[in-house]
Amino acid sequence: MPTVPEPPPPDATTPAIRCRGLHKRFGETVAVKSLDLEVRRGECFGLLGPNGAGKTTTIEILEGLTPRDGGEVEILGMRWERDGRRIRAHLGVQLQESEFTDRSTAEEVIRLFRSFYPRGWSVDELIGFVQLDEKRGTQVRNLSGGQRQRLSVACALAGAPDILFLDEPTTGLDPQSRRQLWDVCERFRERGGTILLTTHFMDEAQALCDRLAILDHGEIIAQGTPAELIRGLGGAYVIGFTASVPVDEGALRAVPGARRVAARDGETLLTVDELAPALPALLAAVRAAGGELAALNTHQATLEDVFLALTGRELRDE
Amino acid sequence: MSEYSPLRELVLARIRAFVREPEALFWTFVFPILMAVGLGVAFREKPADRAAVGVQRGTVAERYLAALRASGELKVTVLGDSAAARALRKGDVSVLLAGRDTLVYRYDPARDESRAARLLADAAVQRGAGAARPVVTADDRHRVPGSRYIDWVIPGLIGLNLLSTGMWGIGFGLVQMRNKKQLKRLVSTPMRKRDFLLAQLLARLAFLLLEVPPIVIFARLAFGVRLQGSPLAFAALLILGAMTFAGLGLLCASRARTIEGISGILNVVMLPMFVLSGVFFSASRYPAAIQPLIRAIPLTALNDAFRAVYNDGLPLAATWPQLLVLLAWMLVSFFAALKLFRWQ
Repeated sequence: MPTVPEPPPPDATTPAIRCRGLHKRFGETVAVKSLDLEVRRGECFGLLGPNGAGKTTTIEILEGLTPRDGGEVEILGMRWERDGRRIRAHLGVQLQESEFTDRSTAEEVIRLFRSFYPRGWSVDELIGFVQLDEKRGTQVRNLSGGQRQRLSVACALAGAPDILFLDEPTTGLDPQSRRQLWDVCERFRERGGTILLTTHFMDEAQALCDRLAILDHGEIIAQGTPAELIRGLGGAYVIGFTASVPVDEGALRAVPGARRVAARDGETLLTVDELAPALPALLAAVRAAGGELAALNTHQATLEDVFLALTGRELRDE
Repeated sequence: MSEYSPLRELVLARIRAFVREPEALFWTFVFPILMAVGLGVAFREKPADRAAVGVQRGTVAERYLAALRASGELKVTVLGDSAAARALRKGDVSVLLAGRDTLVYRYDPARDESRAARLLADAAVQRGAGAARPVVTADDRHRVPGSRYIDWVIPGLIGLNLLSTGMWGIGFGLVQMRNKKQLKRLVSTPMRKRDFLLAQLLARLAFLLLEVPPIVIFARLAFGVRLQGSPLAFAALLILGAMTFAGLGLLCASRARTIEGISGILNVVMLPMFVLSGVFFSASRYPAAIQPLIRAIPLTALNDAFRAVYNDGLPLAATWPQLLVLLAWMLVSFFAALKLFRWQ
């Protein structure tokens, strides 16, 4: 079938993606600051961060779409400067905000993208994989947001890639569509695929990613598995409360298992190891200060709390 | 061959995007026909136009009225002083006959029809006075096929149409794709860039089949405009012309990011061609000094070649200078576009 000789299989011992000292500036603004990253084969790696953190710039440099100002990039052991076209045959790329020709059908779009790759899945396989069978003859303009996004992923999968890049794949999608897209990602991983995705949804990162890098202002401020990152917070639960009078921070730190005290929108956040011993002690501390609780809530610590703890800001603020 | 050919898929994608856009389709067909109708009506064949001659009341000219009316080639109107001056100014009469003692022809010598009317009027006056005709002559009013204005203008309209659909179609299409990041999405695949650009050119060939026959058939049925030369030669010129303007369109669209940007560029590039390239009137009216420049413009070359084949029935080989000009434009713009093209 292939008229182009199949590229030699990339050395399977190299990491899927490796970059060192990545640097990029747009005019005066530094978008990415000496960023190091290593994505192993077969893992799903997430770049988590607020809008403007440099996620898209980073992923587009790795995709070979944006030139970098400094640093080194290796994809499957190959370099863009030397092996550009060969690397492309091994990548699947889904861009943020990229649109397809409105009046092409889903099947036509997939066929077009399939034709660019020397090897890969058949059009039917791709349509089935992203569950667009019923929509194959529908023009793009009549597809829902979720269907378009799955179409986009089908195009990215056309060449049976080793690495799939997803830039904010579920932004703007309803919960059901997000689920469907996550399913597609998981099935791709079952086939041994590597995924690098960016997101500003911590639940998405938690659901899909083996490992994460949290990005802020173009720098990685924390890296690890979701569990490691949450553990790094030093506390498994977060108590949020509002009291009628200010409570001394020293008194809060004296609560059993207290790890961290932070304030947000008039609410005080206390990170603790266990809820049971901490809550009565907190109530006592508030009462001792001569006040009462106006509001109280607790939740298990999430990546959102990690980000807040690291930056003092919320992920979705910006 | 692989089951999937990128070039074929890219060409198909381009064609689909166009034929599924009803508005674009409408204008491609209807615009050239509307233009042909308009020009056909304006320059329709009139029953041997008679020259409009004015005779000013109360002047010596009134004496020759009978002779003028006997001519059969003149349309004579008798006018008062102010009406006469106005009619001459507006062109309702081409020449005004007046004078107190001597007959005076008043006309603008810069206007061809005025000079002709003066000659006809003078001939009628002299003949009426019994002037001798030293040389005996006869008229042979045979019309050379393809010599009417409409015959001449139809190939120009086809050229103009190739220019506008090629440049606007390709220019707009590409800038829109760039705008929507479709181009960026394409270059993230192993697609060959020249395949993509070549596909834009090839898709134009398919559109030729849609846009040229209507105007050719219409011109034939409505005005009896006939292709004098070989259909193959005409087809070859169509293809070369379409490719040339597609190449230029690619080049114009190679950097622009917005629809406003590309509109400006296309207008700047196309306007001189509208004016200089002999679409509605012959390009030879421009001064000799700038003729080489005008002949090097692609639309002039294409129109000249079209007319040689369409009106004069010449073989393709006779148009080699024009073919060279077109070929040069096509190759230079395609490769320049390939170099300059901005994908994101």
